Amino acid sequence: MTVQEWTFLLVGLSFALYIWIAYKSRASSTSEFYVAGKGVNPVVNGMATAADWMSAASFLSMAGLIAFMGKDGAIYLMGWTGGYVLLALLLAPYLRKFGKYTVPEFIGERYYSDAARVVAVLCLVFISFTYIAGQMRGVGIVFSRFLEVDINMGIFIGMAIVFVYAVWGGMKGITYTQVAQYTVLIFAYLVPAVYISIIVTNNPIPQLGFGDTLVNGSEYLLEKLDRVTTDLGFVAYTQNTKSMIDIFCITAALMFGTAGLPHVIVRFFTVPSFKDARKSAGYALIFIALLYTTAPAVSAFARMNLIDSIQDVDYVNSPQWFKNWEEIGLIAWKDKNQDGKIRYSAGTALEDTKPKYLGQERGSHGERLLVNPPNNKNDNEVYIDRDIIVLANPEIAKLPFWVIALVAAGGVAAALSTAAGLLITLSAAVSHDLLKKTFMPQISERKELLYSRLATAAAIGLAGAIGVMNLAFVAQVVAFAFGLAASTLFPVLLLGIFYKRLNKEGAIAGMLIGLIFTLSYIIYFKFINPELNSSDYWLLGISPEGIGFLGMLLNLILAITVSSFTKPPPEDVMKMVDSIRSPQ
Amino acid sequence: MDDYWKSNLKILFWLLLAWFLVSFGFGIIFSDYLDKFQIGGFKLGFWFSQQGSIYSFVVIIFIYVYLMEKLDKKYKKSKEEE
Repeated sequence: MTVQEWTFLLVGLSFALYIWIAYKSRASSTSEFYVAGKGVNPVVNGMATAADWMSAASFLSMAGLIAFMGKDGAIYLMGWTGGYVLLALLLAPYLRKFGKYTVPEFIGERYYSDAARVVAVLCLVFISFTYIAGQMRGVGIVFSRFLEVDINMGIFIGMAIVFVYAVWGGMKGITYTQVAQYTVLIFAYLVPAVYISIIVTNNPIPQLGFGDTLVNGSEYLLEKLDRVTTDLGFVAYTQNTKSMIDIFCITAALMFGTAGLPHVIVRFFTVPSFKDARKSAGYALIFIALLYTTAPAVSAFARMNLIDSIQDVDYVNSPQWFKNWEEIGLIAWKDKNQDGKIRYSAGTALEDTKPKYLGQERGSHGERLLVNPPNNKNDNEVYIDRDIIVLANPEIAKLPFWVIALVAAGGVAAALSTAAGLLITLSAAVSHDLLKKTFMPQISERKELLYSRLATAAAIGLAGAIGVMNLAFVAQVVAFAFGLAASTLFPVLLLGIFYKRLNKEGAIAGMLIGLIFTLSYIIYFKFINPELNSSDYWLLGISPEGIGFLGMLLNLILAITVSSFTKPPPEDVMKMVDSIRSPQ
Repeated sequence: MDDYWKSNLKILFWLLLAWFLVSFGFGIIFSDYLDKFQIGGFKLGFWFSQQGSIYSFVVIIFIYVYLMEKLDKKYKKSKEEE
């Protein structure tokens, strides 16, 4: 069987499984639709949380990013796991004890204010939409490479599948599909990683193989990687290139942002008790850590294999994967010294970085011709899109076809599970927080359930439309969803539980300053003056990716200051805080 | 109730300190210093930043679960004795 046939088979089978599970677990009440009836076992919820959490970015992009960042990649590894400690210790058990359906609902009641709830809904909608758009791109990439369909067609197929099980099953349906999706994605991630680990280091456990010696010699993998990267003009693989303060702030923004993401928090509303919420966060992190500790190993293997398989090779003899990805436009080669050999080293190969091809015109060696002039400041001749590393890795390591197909099915599972979780969170914010709690309090449960299904359908349509439009800025802002979650929602949730004196005025002021400060810093450096986006111009040397941490500190300070000058919250709110703190 | 909350805050303090130390401490601030030491093929600071911190996070959460369940039981018992 060919790769394509295998891919059709495995992706098709996984789709059939998701639909079957969704059919078996349809939602029949708002409680089932929003929080799966609060009856989910903590281990099952941990697994669903892991699938919900690990998006197309974690599955497809992260290892590739780390392969090119080296030690700096730790910002993602620590940033996207450390937040679970904060969730488990500071938020999940208390918010579960509160016992309602959504995050804005807690903010609305804790700060006794419709305005606070609406601000929270706004933050939630903004965070979730930027995030969903990234998932759609992930589905598009997988479909276009492996099923050889148009990217838009891929997005439509993905939307149709999510539509069926999210609208039908609500939170209950997606919880059980996410368990299946976790199984598919972790299997798809580990199988090639184990294979490659054995090939490179003869150690079947990637987490250990990563620190082991190479098969052909006594040199350690990381040692060789340091040596080779330095020779090619890069900073050594195990050294940082970013400044310490920037690494600190980005890691912090990602951690606090994780803990403030509504679609993650809401998963802990689905377990039976606050004790289960604590445990469930621990299980979730075990399931996540399985992928997150494998990823840096995959990165190191991939970087090594990549250099070994293309460096100084004649283009005519270059591996098939190199030409396949060039065909799709994610790899480009410009023969700067006209010797017909591929030369890979530090620096960007082309002016404007991203390749623009001259239609289907071919050069003397059969390579695709480029419009971009070469960047003559360095000798590098190769452009490689970071997103392809995980997908290309099995091909680079020459693994069997079924493994390559499995990775495609895993990538789709990762993207769909995250998109579904976000869609339910979005629709709950609209139908529950805006309609039921703010504008139409008299509607019946049946009506509310209908509205939440309509809201889900509308959100899918909108997310798909954003994916089809393929707006370049969307991919740029996904990472900033974390900065916004850290600087808006996390502080008011934290203080809402641990600082009784915090009142309505403080919470709203805090959220607004966090939102305005973080958003304007990002917009200034990313869209208004992108040419100034370097450490010389950044505030205290903190990049836009890490600024959410500063926004969070501002939010905390302002919220507490404003509260101390205004009147304390009413007695019944104080009582509510006491009750969520109590173990009874 | 106040005692319960105070014990809870104490547990949180120590565990969050551990959380900060393994990630921001060993993985970032003292990482270059720890890189002088090596376990197998890993420099220690590099290992903490890409592996060790994540394992530690899992352990921290389960220690928290264990300590809180003990605290919950103690509190429940003292309630019953009243």
